[in-house]
This record gives sequence, C-alpha cells and structure tokens, in this order.
Amino acid sequence: MTDIAALPPTRAGLHGNYLSAGHTVASWLFTTDHKRIAILYIASTTLFFFIGGAAATLIRIELFTPDSGILTADGYNRVFTLHGVIMVFFFLVPVVPSTLGNFLLPLMIGARDVAFPKINLLSWYLSIAGGALALYSLLAGGIDTGWTFYTPYSSIYSNSFVTATAAGIFVAGFGSIATGLNFIVTIHTLRARGMTWFRLPLFVWSLYATSLIMLLATPVLAMTMVLIIAERVFGIGVFDPERGGDPILFQHLFWFYSHPAVYIMILPGMGIVTEIITCFARRRVFGYEFMVYALIGIAVIGFFVWGHHMFVSGQSGYASLVFSFLSFLVAVPSAIKVFNWTATLYRGEITFPAPMLYALGFVGLFTLGGLTGLFLASLPVDIHVTQTYFVVAHFHYIMVGGMVSALFGGLHFWWPKITGKLYSDSFARFAAVLMFLGFNFTFFPQFILGYLGMPRRYHAYPPEFQVWNVLSSAGAVILAAAYLMPLGYFAWSFLWGERAGSNPWDATGLEWQTASPPPEHNFEAPPQVPEVPYDYHPGRESARD
Amino acid sequence: MNEFRFFPQAASSDAPQTDAIYFGLVIVSGAVVLVVATLIVVFAIRYRRGTRVGRGAASSLASREFEIGWTLATLLAFLGIFSWAAAQDFVQLRPPPPGALAIDVVAKQWMWKTQHPGGQSEINSLHIPAHQPVRLLMHSQDVIHSFFVPAFRVKKDIVPGHTEELWFEATTPGTYPLFCSEYCGTDHARMLGDIVVMAPQDYGRWLAGQPQGDDLAKAGEGLFRELGCSGCHGENARVRAPPLAGLFGRPVPLSDGRIVVADEAYIRDSILLPKKDIVAGYEAIMPSFSSRLDEGDLTKLVAYIRSLAAQGAGP
Ligand code: HEC
Ligand SMILES: [Cu+2]
Ligand SMILES: [Cu+2]
Repeated sequence: MTDIAALPPTRAGLHGNYLSAGHTVASWLFTTDHKRIAILYIASTTLFFFIGGAAATLIRIELFTPDSGILTADGYNRVFTLHGVIMVFFFLVPVVPSTLGNFLLPLMIGARDVAFPKINLLSWYLSIAGGALALYSLLAGGIDTGWTFYTPYSSIYSNSFVTATAAGIFVAGFGSIATGLNFIVTIHTLRARGMTWFRLPLFVWSLYATSLIMLLATPVLAMTMVLIIAERVFGIGVFDPERGGDPILFQHLFWFYSHPAVYIMILPGMGIVTEIITCFARRRVFGYEFMVYALIGIAVIGFFVWGHHMFVSGQSGYASLVFSFLSFLVAVPSAIKVFNWTATLYRGEITFPAPMLYALGFVGLFTLGGLTGLFLASLPVDIHVTQTYFVVAHFHYIMVGGMVSALFGGLHFWWPKITGKLYSDSFARFAAVLMFLGFNFTFFPQFILGYLGMPRRYHAYPPEFQVWNVLSSAGAVILAAAYLMPLGYFAWSFLWGERAGSNPWDATGLEWQTASPPPEHNFEAPPQVPEVPYDYHPGRESARD
Repeated sequence: MNEFRFFPQAASSDAPQTDAIYFGLVIVSGAVVLVVATLIVVFAIRYRRGTRVGRGAASSLASREFEIGWTLATLLAFLGIFSWAAAQDFVQLRPPPPGALAIDVVAKQWMWKTQHPGGQSEINSLHIPAHQPVRLLMHSQDVIHSFFVPAFRVKKDIVPGHTEELWFEATTPGTYPLFCSEYCGTDHARMLGDIVVMAPQDYGRWLAGQPQGDDLAKAGEGLFRELGCSGCHGENARVRAPPLAGLFGRPVPLSDGRIVVADEAYIRDSILLPKKDIVAGYEAIMPSFSSRLDEGDLTKLVAYIRSLAAQGAGP
C-alpha cells in the first residue's frame, strides 16, 4: 500500500511548472498543454457564466413586480433567451469536462497529455467561435425564441437573430464532439501501468460517460440547428406546417439531444463530488462498482426518455406512458448514487473544509432536484406543472444547484493543484454555506409558484403570484453574492496566497503525486498504480484488489 | 391579494386525482429527504474527526447486500409510483364521453377565440356549464400555444397544422384564469383569458342571451350605419374607401407589399388600428374606433362584414 503523503514531494521550481512555461500571449493561445487549455476554458466559461448571470439578474428584477417593470415584453423575451442560451450551451454543457476535466483527466490516469492535444486546442477555438457568434447575435439585437427554439416560432415567426445564434451553437457543438472523442481515446489508450478500468477514479468514469453522450447526442443537435437555419433562410419547410412540415418533429430532435445534455451537465458533477467526499471522509467510496454501473446506466437510459418533455405536445398517450416509465427507471441509478455518498460518510473521519461543504450541498440540492423529477415523470402531475415555474425550479436544482455546487466544490478542491496556492478557507466556507441557503431561497418558492400555475417566460403576471416571486428575487441577491465572493478570495490567493504543497488535502489519486502546480509534462517519472482508488482507510472493502 | 397561497383552486373532475398523486409524491419525497438529511447529519457529527467511535472496515459482503437491497427497494418504490400515476393516465387517455359539449378554440398571437355549438363566440373568455364534459377542438393560426387552466389541472399544446383535443369536466362554478403556457412571442404573457363555469341552468340562460351568428350580423349592420362606416364604405360615399363586400376570407394586398388574408383578426385590427395595415391604393384616412367600441359591438361589426362575404358585388 502506498502512503502518498510520505512520498518525497516533487518541488515546483526545480523543473519549472506549466504556468511558468511561457508568459507571452502566444504561449497561451497556441498551447497544446491540456493544463493551459483548461485555464483558457476557465477564463472563457467564467465570462459566459457572468454574462448569463447578468441576464438572470435582470429577470429577477423584472419579476419583482407583477407588471412590466424595467423591461418591455420584447426586452424580457430577449433577456431570458440570452440567459438560457448562454448558460446551457456555453457554460453548463462544456464547463466541467473542458475545465476540470481537461486539467485533471491526464493527471488522474497518469498520462502526459490527452490523446490529441492539437484537437484539444481546436475544441477551445470552436467553442470561442461559437460563443462569439452567439454573443454577436445577442448584442446585435438579441434572439427571442427561448433556448428551446420551438418551431414554427423560431423558424418562421421570430424577427430576431435566430440564424446567427443557431450557427453559434452548431459551431460550438463540434468543440463538444471533439472533446468527447479526445477524452474517450485518452481513457482507452493512455492509462498508466496498473490503472485498470476498475481502478479509475470515479471522476474519470464520469467523464467517460459524459464523453459518450457528447459524442453521440451532439451531432443530432447540430443537425437540428442546420434544419432551423435552412428553414429560415431557404424556407425548406421541414417544420413549417404550411409547407407540409411538422413542428413536433423539431421537439423530438431537440430533446433527443437536450435530455441527454442534462446528463452532460450533471454526470461530471457526480464525479467531482465522489472525489471530494471520499477525501474528506477519509473513506473508500461505498460501492465503487455500483457507482460505475450507475454512471453508465444513467448515460444509456438517458437516451430514451426525451419524450417526457412532450407530454402535453400532442404525442400519442401511449408513447407518453412509455416515456414516463423510462423516466422513473433512469431515476434509480441517481438514487443509488445518493445512498452511496451518504454511506461513504459512515465510519469516516470527517472534516469540513470548503470543498466538502460544496459537495454536501450538492447532495442535498441534487436529491431535491431528482425527487421533483419524479413529479414531472408522473403524467397527471406533469400535465399540470410542465411549462410552469415548477419545471424551472426542478432543472435549476439539478443544473445550477447541483452542477454549479459541484463545479465550485471541484474548483476549491483542485485550486491548490492548479495554482499551487492556498486560499482562505473561512471565506470559502462562508461562500459555500451562503450559496446553499441563497439557492434554496431563490428556487424553492418557484416549486410553489409552479403548482399554483404560474407559466414560465411571463414578464408580467397576475398579482396573486407576487409573494413567491419577491421571495425568489430576494434569494437571488444572496445567491449572487455567493457567486461573486470566490472571485475575490481566489484572486487574492493567486496573487498573495501561501504556497500549497503537492498534496495539501492528503488525498489519494495520481494528480496529487506530482508538484503543485504540475510540471509541463505532468510527472517526473511514470507513475504506477498498485491499489484501488480512494485508499483512505485500511481494510478490504473491494473484492477486486 | 398578496397572502401566501400554496395550492391553486380545484374545479374539475381531474383535479382531485392529480392533487392526490402530487401529495403522495410530496410525502414520499419528504420522507426520502428526511432520511438522507438525517443520515448525513448524524454521520457528520458522529464520525467527525476526533470522535472516539469504531471506524473499522465494513465487510464487502454486507456492502454488496446493502447495494442490492436499496437498488431493489428504490426500483419497486418507483414502479409503484409509476403504476399509481399511470392508472390515472388511462383515465385521461379515455376518449371524451359522447354527450360532451364541443367547443371550438382558435389560438393566435395573442388571443383566444372560442365558439359554442350554437355559433355564439367569445374572445379571451369561455363560458361553460358545470358537471358536463366539455370537449375542446383547438387550432392555432400561427405558432404553438398552450391551453392551460390551473384550476382544472389540464393543459394541452395547440400545434399549428394539428387539431388538438382536450376534454374535462368542471365541477365548481366560478371564474378561473386561462393562460397560454407555451412561449409564443412578444405578448405571450398577455395571452390570458377567463374560464367562467356556470351552473347548467345559468349557462343555458347566458347562451340564450348571446347574439347568435345571424342576429350578430343584423345588429352589426345597424352599427355600421350609426357609426358612420357607411359614409366612407357605402355605395354612394364621396371618399375613396375599399368596398367591404366579398372581403372576408380573401387575400388583401397591402401598401407595404405584404398580402394578408382578411380573417376576423384582420378586420378587428382594421377597425381598431387602421394605421397598422393599409390597403394598397388607398389613403390612410380611416379613423380608429378603438375608443368608441366595446368587445360586443366589435364582434357584431365583424359578423356583419363576414356576412357580406357571400355578396360578391354588393355595397
Ligand atoms: C373616413 C372614412 C372611413 C370611415 C369613417 C371608416 N373607414 Fe374603413 N377604411 C377607410 C379607408 C380609406 C380604408 C383603406 C385604407 C386602410 O386600410 O386604412 C379603410 C379600410 C377598412 C377596412 C379594410 C378593408 C380592406 O379592403 O382590407 C375595413 C374592414 C374597414 N375599413 C372597416 C370599417 C368599419 C367597420 C368602419 C366603421 C366602424 C369604418 N371602416 C369606417 C375609410 C373609412
Ligand atoms: Cu429531460
Ligand atoms: Cu403563449
């Protein structure tokens, strides 16, 4: 058994690290080092996060009062569309694989880089080009279709910049596809000696499952965007009923991508949380193999539930029954993960630094988000609450409560590795608690609003809905503060923070065996993997070592 | 007005079942959250660093049994909830009973038009009798809209090019909001209506008091003269204004090059907002009547102009 903490620390500075490897702009823009590319992605996705966040702020200000307030009807429609498009396609979908995934995947499997470093850089440029197109259209006059682009509104009726936005999503989609391919090949071919499939950290497994979805589902989205553009520009009439098209076809295509995309947005978060909980509970993960099967199960079944977005669209009632059934089924592996995280705490030796608080917050919010998914999977309840704030609350619990908590947890966990610096744990813990409270304060009232029947995408609403909207807007202030805080203490840490050793959390995992920040080529000597992952406590739990 | 409300009114035969499933799910979810939260809190306190408690490894056999146990338990619980909900689905999938009152609904940006079997029509409202199944036949003239009445717990998208059906049975007289819940453009949030549920005899009385198709047109003819429309649009008018006979349902070329079909909405707009669509070849001299007409008069005028459709070369 290796006691990693006892290994001689490889010191940064001795051979230089990836950050000191070049200081020119070109050294960043033309880098093929996965770690530097990850930093590029951190910069771009952070920018998108705050743009999308600014739009969310406008939404919550507008909804403070029942009447039209600071925005006109058209203005509001553009703002919520901007919020959705930017947050989904340019932040949530790419963020974890491209930032933490890029940085950590090669380190965690003991590789020097990803399989195709140049394609990795290309992915970033594609995401930037797509983002630039989308931003251009959003600034030039905006787009008012909602991020769901339902036809024939988007393809015929909307007088906004649909074509440019769709083109942006199309281009950025190829970045996703390339990243997925890159990760799959990397995981298959570049594992260090002894790193068998069942010794892979669960974050790597989660990236593997995510990459499969990105590779198989994103082309469908790309195709759908092309069809929208073709209908707007050439009037081909695929979706327009007046030319023999069918608007429902669009919904099938769109959700065939966008439901699995929900799992692109949550699986990597599950991986991160597993790494964090095991480390701070000083425990092996409970039921490693079940966790792996659950990840793969979610990824596979997730492809067959898209029809649950269409229960009131007029699709056949029997199809709805089948989709309802499959949606219940896909919830089983998610539930298993929650039980396993909880059981991992059992007999642990638990501490509660910031990453752990974020991870536990994730478990809470994800549980609530998942359970409300069961409401939406039940046909009669879905008929009432779909297209209302209930749905809005549900997916924000998963994608924002869940995924953003996990992302923040991961950033705090690996920050010392990425930058080689420590940050103020007390500020960070405060931000973590604030985020959990602010999030619930913002989004829990929306469940009630939804059951009361408030439709989504309304800039003005009947006054009986106001109380809950005011609460929600007030919570958003707290949430915004929690999101902004890390900018402050991370910047401080980067500039003046104490040096972090190679393994400040005393964690297992190959990424902690190299210096912080890691050298350009990752490891001084090729690492070996003699043990199961998460070897935090003595004893034999797994049958496979 | 601003007190805390947790549940919407319930006024249809579907509402109690939907609410029952909802409450069932709230209870199950509450229980799960309670168990998970309790375990996390208890473990977090009991096994925090520094406590003196047993920390040995659990046997791998036990952990496997746990896994299989809770996987099966969750699966069974979820299947149970699914079947419970699905039983209700079959009720809703059932075709409407034969005696159902058939009502036509037309949705367009951004209004609702409803028409009763006797020809009585309404804008942004619908009167229905309680305790009688009502079957809506819905069409959209442009984009997707969705007919959503929270108090009935029913909702159905209205997809252009499709005929969508929805049926329900209201139980409690009262006025309930109707929302368009599928995003449909600028005034999506203003595409609202009232569903007025009346006791059956009140509904009968209301229906009898509504002008029917023919009466409407006759009343409209009177208004057409009183309001001075005929002064411009009549046969012997001195001003140049387009003749309205045969107009309804025909394509109209506009001065900006567009061609629109003269449907009800177009005629309404021509009267209320004459500057919006100017007929090609005419001056925009028609005044707006929006301040002088209420919804009822407008419907009558439209009915009159519609009745002129048959006379190809009338006034
Ligand atoms: C001052 C003269 C005048 C009066 C009074 C007037 N209109 Fe008009 N109306 C016009 C002219 C001129 C046009 C064509 C230009 C336009 O489209 O605005 C027109 C257009 C219309 C159209 C569209 C016709 C088409 O061919 O598409 C309708 C319908 C209409 N009027 C109905 C009415 C009704 C109903 C009233 C009475 C409430 C009325 N008008 C009163 C002058 C008048
Ligand atoms: Cu989904
Ligand atoms: Cu609408």
